[in-house]
Amino acid sequence: MEILERRAAITGIGQSAIGRRLGRDPLELTLDACLAAIADAGLTPRDIDGLATYPGAMGGAPGFTGAGITDVHDALRLELNWYTGGIELPGQLGSVIDACAAVATGLATHVLCFRSVWEGTAQGKGGRQGIGITGGSGFRASGSTMEYTLPFRAYSAANWIALNAQRHFHEYGTTREQLAWIALNARRNAAGNPNAIYRDPMTQGDYLAARMVSTPFCLYDCDVPCDGATAMIVSHIDRAGDLRRPPLRVEAVGSALRGRPSWDQFDDLTTMAARDAARMLWERTDLVPGDVDVAELYDGFSFIALTWLEALGFCGKGEGGPFIDGGTRIARDGEIPLNTNGGQLSGGRLHGYGFLHEACVQLWGEGGARQVPGDPRVAVAAAGGGPIGGCLLITRA
Amino acid sequence: MAETPFRVLPRVTAGNEHFWRGGADGRLQFQRCKPCGTWIHPPSPVCPTCYRKEIEIAAASGLATVVTFTLNHQPWVPAPDHPYAIAIVELDEQRGLRLMTNVVHCAAEDVDIGMRVRVVFEQREDVWIPLFEPLAGGEA
Repeated sequence: MEILERRAAITGIGQSAIGRRLGRDPLELTLDACLAAIADAGLTPRDIDGLATYPGAMGGAPGFTGAGITDVHDALRLELNWYTGGIELPGQLGSVIDACAAVATGLATHVLCFRSVWEGTAQGKGGRQGIGITGGSGFRASGSTMEYTLPFRAYSAANWIALNAQRHFHEYGTTREQLAWIALNARRNAAGNPNAIYRDPMTQGDYLAARMVSTPFCLYDCDVPCDGATAMIVSHIDRAGDLRRPPLRVEAVGSALRGRPSWDQFDDLTTMAARDAARMLWERTDLVPGDVDVAELYDGFSFIALTWLEALGFCGKGEGGPFIDGGTRIARDGEIPLNTNGGQLSGGRLHGYGFLHEACVQLWGEGGARQVPGDPRVAVAAAGGGPIGGCLLITRA
Repeated sequence: MAETPFRVLPRVTAGNEHFWRGGADGRLQFQRCKPCGTWIHPPSPVCPTCYRKEIEIAAASGLATVVTFTLNHQPWVPAPDHPYAIAIVELDEQRGLRLMTNVVHCAAEDVDIGMRVRVVFEQREDVWIPLFEPLAGGEA
């Protein structure tokens, strides 16, 4: 069987300004990132013939999406052969996986992929909003996710993922003191990222003293809403060799969801979609977890990064707590450097795309103060939590 | 209680009213496949086990076990009872027949995984929200 995604490569990346509340037009931020990625690849907008995004133009939480396919298509006057934008995907990076499939099957040659958020500005100083509570007195929840969560006052993924974490604590003895290291490691790495939202040092004492959000999660287990856009170019490998950068080859992707697509009905509440996506990824390559030099794993809530570490086989199932404890194995000079830009917990909630962007930065050796040592050649990026997840393994020749 | 906490209510349809209004008669109702006996939740037009459409509405015992829980402290909306307990419970009738719910009538701090609970209903407008309370000592 040919692993078709190996016909795809990442050839350029770009990011807009990133900030807690920039107060800027989200489409302008989106276009800043898109134009930066196109230029980074050594292309012009005339070369782009594919466009992919998550979640596309839609309603939802304020600031959840800064631009859709139509906005970017028209603003850059692109001439497209293929495009897709949607939310029913294997996580945010599912849109990049789609782009890989599009170039592999000849539907496009250079696909511009983007994700744009402005939750910081849109939600203002009132704090993070729950789902459904601003719908007015006549609002009624519908659709299987909202109908069976909101009436039970579970207004946020913070609640839904906390249910998973508590079950993990119960089955495996995981503790808050261990989980803290996802947040502490992120903060440590954010110090080396000039674009990160929170860069001041944080101690385990700070973590344990923080107010609770939904047990076992405290404030520092939750990512920080921000404004910013991220973009990347996925090119056909035959057209990637003569561009500005050495192409980063897509070795394998994971898009599987074999359990029930539900926050409360999934068979194993301690892992969920990460289990299936990661298993599929390793089924499509001869590389093994020990070959990976750097891991950029979704941390919308700290516990999700722990589930990806386990699912991807960096430690055994249920062993994530002891594995991250002390923060040495996941440090930049450790066994498997994790979330080298501060993740979403300290870097800002760029929502999935930030992880793949940082994986590319590291493989191109441009991490500056946060660059992992030893000339990394293999990186994994994963995005999504609960019943939503997708991952990519990328390599530099 | 001084004040009743806010709840978002579900949109009731022909397909789900057995679940959201069964509490009017004290019944926690689910779909069940007549030919193969599978309990189905959330509701569906076809049985997920045998893919047939001969589906009936049946009342469960209302007895369940807490699979996991979280105590919500975050004031998403003002409420008189923070922290309150959100849980996933598994009904006695079938492995995997689960609901997200709230555990009530006990201190939130006393909620734990493995706790045995029974359904109680809280009426709001035209729906009866299935919540769960701990079984008394000696009850199974």
